[in-house]
Amino acid sequence: MSHHEFESDFRHSGTIDFTDRQSNIDEATIAEMRQLVARYPDPRSALGPILHLIQSVDGRVSARGVELAAELTGATQAQVVGFVTFYTMYHRRPAGKHHVGVCTTALCAVMGGDLILDQVEQKLGIKPGQTTPDGTFSLERLECNAACDFAPVVMVNWEFMDNMTPDKAEQILDELAAGRSVQSTRGATITSWREAERVLAGFPDGRADEGPSVGPASLAGVNLARERGWTADSLAEGSAQ
Amino acid sequence: MSQQTLVPVLTANWGQEQSWKLGPYQAQGGYEGLRLALKRQPGDIMTEIKDAGLRGRGGAGFPTGMKWSFVPAELSPKYLVVNGDESEPGTCKDIPLLMASPHTLIEGIIIASYAIGVSRAFVYIRGEVLHPIRRVQQAVAEAYEAGYLGADILGSGFSLDITVHAGAGAYICGEETALLNSLEGRRGQPRLRPPFPAVAGLYALPTVINNVESIASVPGIIVRGGDWFAGMGTEKSKGHTIYSLSGHIKNPGQYEAPLSVTFRELFDLAGGMRDGHRLKFFTPGGSSTPILTADQMDVTLDFEGLMAAGSQLGTKAMQIFDETVSVVRTTLRWVEFYQHESCGKCTPCREGTWWLVQLLRRLEAGQGEEGDVDKLLSVVGTVNGQSFCPLASGAAACITSAVTHFRDEFEIGYHTPAWEYLPYEASALFPVKTATRSGEEARHG
Repeated sequence: MSHHEFESDFRHSGTIDFTDRQSNIDEATIAEMRQLVARYPDPRSALGPILHLIQSVDGRVSARGVELAAELTGATQAQVVGFVTFYTMYHRRPAGKHHVGVCTTALCAVMGGDLILDQVEQKLGIKPGQTTPDGTFSLERLECNAACDFAPVVMVNWEFMDNMTPDKAEQILDELAAGRSVQSTRGATITSWREAERVLAGFPDGRADEGPSVGPASLAGVNLARERGWTADSLAEGSAQ
Repeated sequence: MSQQTLVPVLTANWGQEQSWKLGPYQAQGGYEGLRLALKRQPGDIMTEIKDAGLRGRGGAGFPTGMKWSFVPAELSPKYLVVNGDESEPGTCKDIPLLMASPHTLIEGIIIASYAIGVSRAFVYIRGEVLHPIRRVQQAVAEAYEAGYLGADILGSGFSLDITVHAGAGAYICGEETALLNSLEGRRGQPRLRPPFPAVAGLYALPTVINNVESIASVPGIIVRGGDWFAGMGTEKSKGHTIYSLSGHIKNPGQYEAPLSVTFRELFDLAGGMRDGHRLKFFTPGGSSTPILTADQMDVTLDFEGLMAAGSQLGTKAMQIFDETVSVVRTTLRWVEFYQHESCGKCTPCREGTWWLVQLLRRLEAGQGEEGDVDKLLSVVGTVNGQSFCPLASGAAACITSAVTHFRDEFEIGYHTPAWEYLPYEASALFPVKTATRSGEEARHG
């Protein structure tokens, strides 16, 4: 047995598995891909949305999906694969029913994100980039998700889970694993990663009216201004005096 | 009455009942700016925005009206692309705006498109924010139904279509030419300029790219007037803007204020540091802007004030850290971010950020070699300003400023791990149960 096993620095850079022919894409999906193409002046612009749609149907970017995406957008298959490997949201191996991301960029990391990731890894028994054997969860080490005023932040199927602690994160995983309803702190009820991908492709799910206007931290300044009677017009009046 | 520090304009309707819907938006005077604008000449609108002194809110601060005027009026088709790829660490202002009041953006897009002479606009939003995307999709549909989008808007003869486009995970797509490549279905790698997007942008056609907040500021300027806008802020940095405060302060959040506000004023409004702690350092405009320390709290948060303080206004994102935080740790984590997000096009950035991470990792682990700090700065010198886009310069800025202010702490990395010098548990917002095992130690085995 070799003592010099190679471990790549680019563990997730494996390409599409073209021997895996499994796909759920049917005529209806292809018709939707054509709808996406029709939304742009140039068919190639629909590549990103088509790949989101493929993920919503196949749970990953499938070989069949790559072939169709190339055909419909005028890109070569190599260009499609090059696109897929560039963007972190495209999965070349099946993602879980729920895709969980824990932010560990500097601010979230120091405020507790590292500890949350640690506990989530232990809870799920997987590392970032992996999916649980039962297919329920996949895990990602996130980079800044534009929610720093709610740090530390966890994302589930790209819905915000604000102001997390390791225990709160673990509780969310328990609820989801048990099939119970979980509400995003600043979004809709959690459905599945595949349903989220369909919305990202450009097919709304009619759930925009769920959840709050914004989160409490977003209102920090507005609330102070209201308390003190500061408005857009009062400033002009004040300076005129 | 105390002096007015905050000025809610873009944030005014946030938090209100169904603020994201057309009805409540209109009930508060929404789309009034559009009606006013359509009665005026496009050139007149452009002049109003120029006179208002609105500068880009996405980081670079380029005058918005001037950007519009660079697009040849005669050429068609041309495009407006809104940059909603908010990803700069610390920045979290556009996402709540998209979520709470997407119609403010859409109204701004219609007015801007009318002024520039564009009949096709795109809103590019980072893909990792599902709910804001839902809200924008729905708002665009509502606007079509109400006759604010489509053919012959409000009987004006002006027509506009908007396409909402979700990204797929790449910080670099916040760089405008990378965004255009991404929107064209290509890898998000920056383009060499010239030609600038105003001449050869999306599909090599004339294109204006503006940040979400810049475009959202337009309706207010039309309704209240450029003079009102220019009456706020400083001589060269005018108007209101949203500041994002995060970190170890009592009340993190979004604070909208004139561009003449100081860091100390916002810091005080946010309640100061969490109890029993003091300010150690902060970023004024995201992680790509040089960090500042407690003795620079009186800096004015405008483009010129921060330049004078040796930093930049950037995205106006203040990440505020207390004395428990290891600056070596935060610097490493920012540089890991840049390494991961380097698009790979330019060698100094692709290779340089990788080497910087290696050096910082061993300093963090207390395994640095004598001279590593100078080596770090030397590598920074080969990375800074050597690439097509400013990504690597962001990595360089956070290292250079951290070493300038806290060189000792980096040198401690020659013999002591950062997590021993400043135990990481103390920086977390919650009590840590297993005090012996930090995530960092786990990472290092």
